[in-house]
Amino acid sequence: MSLSESMKSVTSGARSVSRLGEELGKQSRSVRWSFGAICILAVYLLPWWPNIPVLGWIIETPGTSFPSVLTDQVVIFVLVALGLNVVVGLAGLLDLGYVGFYAVGAYTVAILSSQHANLPWLVCMPIAVLVSMLAGVILGTPTLRLRGDYLAIVTLGFGEIIRITANNTHWLGDSRGISKIATPPSIGPLKFGVLDAKPYFFLGLTVILIVIFLLRRLENSRVGRSWNAIREDEDAAELMGVDTFKFKLWAFAIGAAIGGLAGSLYAGKVQFINPSNFPLQLSILFLAAVVLGGAGNMWGAIMGGALVAWMPERFRGFADKRVFVFGVALVLVMVFRPQGLIPRKIRKERWLASWKPATNTAPADKE
Amino acid sequence: MRDWLIYRTFWDLTVTGVALGSIYALVALGYTLVYGVLRLINFAHSEIFMIGTFASLITATNVLGLPMLEAGKYPYRTGFQLILILVACLVGSMVLSGAGAVALERAAYRPLRGSGDQFGAVVLAFVTAFVVGLIFFNTPKSNLLFGIIGTGPIAWMYLSLFRRGRQAPRLAFLISAIGASTAITEAVAIWGPRDREQYQTPRVLEKKTLFKLFGTDIRIDYVIVIVGALLMMTALLLFVNRTRLGRGVRAVAQDVETAKILGVNVDFVILVTFLLGGVMAGGAAMMFTLVYDQTKFNIGFLLGVKSFTAAVLGGIGNLRGALLGGMVLGLSENYGSALFGGQWKDVIAFVLLLVVLMFRPTGLLGESLAKARV
Repeated sequence: MSLSESMKSVTSGARSVSRLGEELGKQSRSVRWSFGAICILAVYLLPWWPNIPVLGWIIETPGTSFPSVLTDQVVIFVLVALGLNVVVGLAGLLDLGYVGFYAVGAYTVAILSSQHANLPWLVCMPIAVLVSMLAGVILGTPTLRLRGDYLAIVTLGFGEIIRITANNTHWLGDSRGISKIATPPSIGPLKFGVLDAKPYFFLGLTVILIVIFLLRRLENSRVGRSWNAIREDEDAAELMGVDTFKFKLWAFAIGAAIGGLAGSLYAGKVQFINPSNFPLQLSILFLAAVVLGGAGNMWGAIMGGALVAWMPERFRGFADKRVFVFGVALVLVMVFRPQGLIPRKIRKERWLASWKPATNTAPADKE
Repeated sequence: MRDWLIYRTFWDLTVTGVALGSIYALVALGYTLVYGVLRLINFAHSEIFMIGTFASLITATNVLGLPMLEAGKYPYRTGFQLILILVACLVGSMVLSGAGAVALERAAYRPLRGSGDQFGAVVLAFVTAFVVGLIFFNTPKSNLLFGIIGTGPIAWMYLSLFRRGRQAPRLAFLISAIGASTAITEAVAIWGPRDREQYQTPRVLEKKTLFKLFGTDIRIDYVIVIVGALLMMTALLLFVNRTRLGRGVRAVAQDVETAKILGVNVDFVILVTFLLGGVMAGGAAMMFTLVYDQTKFNIGFLLGVKSFTAAVLGGIGNLRGALLGGMVLGLSENYGSALFGGQWKDVIAFVLLLVVLMFRPTGLLGESLAKARV
């Protein structure tokens, strides 16, 4: 009973959030901007939220410091969920090996800053993004011509290939991994060391905000509309003149780039990686994050990523059973809400809503 | 140097490759059947295989009371006894795997098709109550109690949800499959007696060499695996192609709506399809334990992925394709690991898949279940 109630409250919460969004949309521009600024400021202050009376008790993570949960788990998962959402949610391509791109990003930073060169993190990061994007293109070119279901198995294989290759190649540090990876450079009071996790959080959050901004632009562009068309009906999209292969490849490459970005942040934070950091199960968790939140909706993906990362830390009691709980949660969410907690807004409905009154008032006039 | 190795051990590799390929092929049949009928990658099928290996283990140790691995000591005196033991293990794993597949269908997929039933509701309700219990209490007994008490009202709630009969999008089925697969694996890992450790299965069979072929010892367990797999596959092909129910399976694979109009009980046919896949996986599981003498909570995962690869290789939805794909995969894995080293075994499988799909995007035999003829 309690689960259904909590599910209902979550969905009604999501509904009221979207209603709030609609209300806000009617306000003037300055009101909207200041509201957004306050929200962003509040998110930047997240590491101090556990000090707030009631809310703090809900979100605090017993056993682990809250800021390090934010940086090690939440930021990474949210970023990855955003990237995977482009592939799975927007373009409708099922990627079961997303951890591969994440690993490529992390390993690029590791190799360039510790194993084979001594470049600073800020130089490595863009290279890592480019390399993982390239990996996406290389994987996508032969496979994106395949039907969707084959893509799933091929990407799954790709994730494994990356991990096994890293595990067996001396140049990539074998199974021992790579240590002493460079951290991001300290700026003024923000010291990226081992002790304080907060600077990493601020950095990660800034990166997330930039990614959100870019993705929003992309979603509302010609590219985003093409993705919509491909996801809904690939044949129809092709007939309407959408170059489906090109846009699918774009989705794959952009998704891969964001995955690589997350990997480079992760490598910069933990400073030590080995192949066992990138198991296939992580891919499943990433996908769970996107689908749990609502594939195709950026806010859904963010919420899903944050939930999947934060929940096991909050409920330490079932830390060893968390994967089991996620498995069950996936099935149950699919039974209750196949479209995820915050589903994608359906354009058609909005369009119909705006169209109906006109037909009701004067249908005969136009003829 | 390794080239030389492959020449010397070529026939060895061939025999073990065909045996491994038979197991892949049997599991691949489950993927291919379900895909043909539902267009769904049944991600949890690997767990059905895993359940089968444990069923075989339980039948051997707990039901038949056989001793664990001991060199030179075998539990049978006559050949008849041996056959009885083998058949018992086979039936045990087939029954449990089949039941698992059917339960999976009714609990994790059928509700998404908008035709959930009481059984699914009860299973889902129990799992829900159990997980809620897990969050609040943390002892197995109170969990179980909470789960049983909570099942009633939650099942009622699920039933009312099912009555809405909503059809979920295709991605939802896959996610549900992934979820079920993860949950089953983890449940065995968490609550199994040996947690995440490996389980040894009793050595049922003395692995004698039967005869020599091209200078290679052909061991009895390989013969059992290959012959058994061929027999099971023939039986399945006959069932699908010759019986009334098999015709129903082909009809649903061809066109669900038309089949429904023509009076095929679609939900029942889907259930039968899952049962067939489960039984095949059960057989494969028993043979797997016969050859490798071990099992583990995550044993299904990689084998499942490989078997699905085999199904795709042969052409998904195509029963004979599954056989061919399994053999090709088993052999190339064996030759490949002799050539490049065992640690690259999995990479070889996936690269092979990638290459085949590039040149033949619908697999080697690329036909659907509906068109399959013998």
